[in-house]
Amino acid sequence: MTIETGAQAAYIVAALLFILALAGLSKHETAKAGNTFGIAGMTLALAATIALAIDQGISGLGLTLLIVAVLIGAAIGLHRASRVEMTGMPELIALLHSFVGLAAVLVGWNGYLHVEADLGDAEAGLLRAQHMLGIHSAEVFIGVFIGAVTFTGSIVAYLKLSAKIKSNPLMLPGKNFLNLGALAAFGVLTAWFVIEPQLWLLISVTVIALLLGWHLVASIGGGDMPVVVSMLNSYSGWAAAASGFLLENDLLIVTGALVGSSGAYLSYIMCKAMNRSFISVIAGGFGIEAGPAADDADYGTHREVTAEEVAKLLTTADSVVITPGYGMAVAQAQHGVAELTRKLREKGVDVRFGIHPVAGRLPGHMNVLLAEAKVPYDIVLEMDEINDDFASTSVVLVIGANDTVNPAATEDPSSPIAGMPVLRVWEADNVIVFKRSMASGYAGVQNPLFFRENSAMLFGDAKERVEDILRVL
Amino acid sequence: MIIGVLRESRPGEARVAATPATVVELVKLGYQVVVEPGAGVAASFSDDAYAKAGAVIGDALAADIVFAIDAPPVEQLDGLPGGATLISMLNPRLNPSLVEDLSRRPITALSMDAVPRISRAQSLDVLSSMANIAGYRAVVEAAHVFGRFFTGQVTAAGKVPPAKVLVAGAGVAGLAAIGTAGSLGAIVRATDPRPEVADQVRSLGGEYLAIETADVEVSATGYAKEMSDDYSRRAAQLYAEQAKDVDIIITTALIPGKPAPRLITAEMVASMKPGSVIVDMAAANGGNVEGAVAGEAVVTDNGVTIIGYTDLAGRLPAQASQLYGTNLVNLMKLMTPDRDGRLVLDFEDVVQRSMTVVRDGELTWPPPPVSVSAAPAPSTAPSTTAPAEPQEKRPVSARRRLALAGVGAAALFLLTALSPAALRGHLTVFALAIVIGYYVIGHVHHALHTPLMSVTNAISGIIVVGALLQLGHGDNVVTALSFVAILMAGINVFGGFAVTRRMLAMFSRS
Repeated sequence: MTIETGAQAAYIVAALLFILALAGLSKHETAKAGNTFGIAGMTLALAATIALAIDQGISGLGLTLLIVAVLIGAAIGLHRASRVEMTGMPELIALLHSFVGLAAVLVGWNGYLHVEADLGDAEAGLLRAQHMLGIHSAEVFIGVFIGAVTFTGSIVAYLKLSAKIKSNPLMLPGKNFLNLGALAAFGVLTAWFVIEPQLWLLISVTVIALLLGWHLVASIGGGDMPVVVSMLNSYSGWAAAASGFLLENDLLIVTGALVGSSGAYLSYIMCKAMNRSFISVIAGGFGIEAGPAADDADYGTHREVTAEEVAKLLTTADSVVITPGYGMAVAQAQHGVAELTRKLREKGVDVRFGIHPVAGRLPGHMNVLLAEAKVPYDIVLEMDEINDDFASTSVVLVIGANDTVNPAATEDPSSPIAGMPVLRVWEADNVIVFKRSMASGYAGVQNPLFFRENSAMLFGDAKERVEDILRVL
Repeated sequence: MIIGVLRESRPGEARVAATPATVVELVKLGYQVVVEPGAGVAASFSDDAYAKAGAVIGDALAADIVFAIDAPPVEQLDGLPGGATLISMLNPRLNPSLVEDLSRRPITALSMDAVPRISRAQSLDVLSSMANIAGYRAVVEAAHVFGRFFTGQVTAAGKVPPAKVLVAGAGVAGLAAIGTAGSLGAIVRATDPRPEVADQVRSLGGEYLAIETADVEVSATGYAKEMSDDYSRRAAQLYAEQAKDVDIIITTALIPGKPAPRLITAEMVASMKPGSVIVDMAAANGGNVEGAVAGEAVVTDNGVTIIGYTDLAGRLPAQASQLYGTNLVNLMKLMTPDRDGRLVLDFEDVVQRSMTVVRDGELTWPPPPVSVSAAPAPSTAPSTTAPAEPQEKRPVSARRRLALAGVGAAALFLLTALSPAALRGHLTVFALAIVIGYYVIGHVHHALHTPLMSVTNAISGIIVVGALLQLGHGDNVVTALSFVAILMAGINVFGGFAVTRRMLAMFSRS
């Protein structure tokens, strides 16, 4: 056994550990074990790689740099991870995706500098003998392209999620044409580069991909971010896989493909939950319909209630379902909501949560917030589990959700959100909507729920209102 | 403007178009209300009560807007001043002579029974509110005639089996009947050609009897429509079986503008047990039951009572008046946008358009059709995606999926077959890993989406391996780039795992 074969063996074990990690993450019971498998796999892979690097005669300076880079990266990463607010999770994950994208771009560039930049050296000669030189060039291009798209796309997603830029979709004229044009240009430049590797070709493709990534995500509105984040997750996987092809490293290929396909599947689930076309999401073109003109139809009048009345209603209820949305995250109301849940459960009220698949700005965002506030996960149900129970529920509290509880999606075929599966809260006896004003939700659609006879509005900051209710209880 | 509330002239009609409670609402909208003397007596609303609520007792026919339950007789219509607005149940679909008569008068006529079935108009839909009452009353009438308990009991004097009730048609009236009969303790079964109502039937405690047939109905108007021969044959079979078994049948099948479908034949009636009761709620429109007489209860030779009352809702006059009156208040809210007591007829509004039979002496019936079905209608779903994108809203069909898989397989085949040996192994690994990724993630719990994403994110930091191997071989530029790449990927790896750990530690079971 040489170091070389030992490293290969370690890679296979690491790849299996990663598969176990993902599999473990699909259930609460095994999730922690899954994370441990992932850490073990990563440790093994890193150790094997460093051993391999030393075996291949890395210079002393190189080794020092390597250790310094890993240590700095680890320090920053651990610091960020320990400090991040759970409401800030979407931003952090988007930012982390951008790092993978950037790393993929750099690896691709290194691949070029290593081989194509000097066609006379031994590496290039070896590849030529294997008829692999052209393929290597194509791999450089694909890796750089996907990496760069992921990089800028994630940066834009980060900026939008952390409200550093406006989350409105960017509307450039002929946006689909721009996207398709960028793809076509990528194809042409790749062919050119395979025939004749030139530095300026690599620079232009990097620039085009950076612009494309920016544009793709910029043209998607803030409300569709759950899909975007999981889509970028998928892209970052493909970027790693592309680097794997470039470096002929099966571990990278396996891991990248795992992350890529699981991220794509997760995006697909999100798309189904919003009744959107998967193709149009990965093409970045579906923010386009956002904000249809507010219609003037007369929905009637809404009814207002006070926190005291809600508290009274809750104490006399026998079952309560809480459906949170992004508004709860914005108001940081999850702790109050958890406290409310505890108090009501002590009084013998059956309290459960109904989570819409796209509530929040990240898949599973609401679950994380509720878990942070120590709400037991077995009373947090997903849409399909709870939708049939609304009819037998006394009170539904809609906290900062709007489009995900809009009856127009099922009842009004002309509505822009028609066909999107929603939480059927209006079937309950009473619906209390926590909302700051009567403004429409992300989709720009008025919500007839607010005007139903069995619903009432509790205006104001969700956190303060929940605390008001707690005081009365 | 002044609203006049007529005293109903049809014999036996006990309802009234406004109650003291709705008068208060009408006054709030800015109207003056004149109630004909004795209008509400039959529904237990005295003139005093109206006066206390703010109405004037007087000549209602001279008002600008006239409320009534049924279409007023010709003498009263003759008394309407020009420009008046008449609002009542005109039944324009089945009453062409009345429509023609109205169109010759210089008035506006709105029909409360022509409200389209859209969500927004539910609050003015008198057909629904009256059907609800009628369904309740149908059960009460049946219970009155039926010589037994509805509920099953075990008593010292012996065991009592529960009554079995069959409700044909699960519309508003049918559902009300199901709920009422169920709450009295009976075993309730229901049939309906629209399979989507099965859940509603079950939600009220009834059992839905499906009629197995090839054609599934989705009516665009929200009402049932006539069914095919095959369907009718199977339905008849079902009814014949049920008639032998159940004690009470309540039929509610109505098709707008058509005679009621015949569901229960004389043979089926003859096969029922003596003492059984049938309530035919469609008797006014020809009846679902052979032998039903509109407005009467008849007893057949084998002792089955067939009730054909056409005034079931009117038999709860106080309740019916209150709901009808509220429907009218809601209509007034819709037509009084400024809350200033001025009626505005807006023809742009599909609800008002649909209800209007005559406008200022000009015939506007029939209105354009309104498609209101909330049932899934995939072919008509409006597109919400970018216009330039290929749109595929429906689930991909099996053939299409097969074709896509075929294209994918062919592409993979060509790519692998044409690639050099060194690439082939990598492609194999790549393809297999994609499939594994898909299956591994297939059953992930929804609550774990975020931790899953942060773990996959940490794992994709594996790209650090690539950078590690590039560091320290070659020139300084490569080393510098690798250094940055390792740093970035390192943040990812450590940050991703640490944050996942933090999140997972928070999830706890109760």
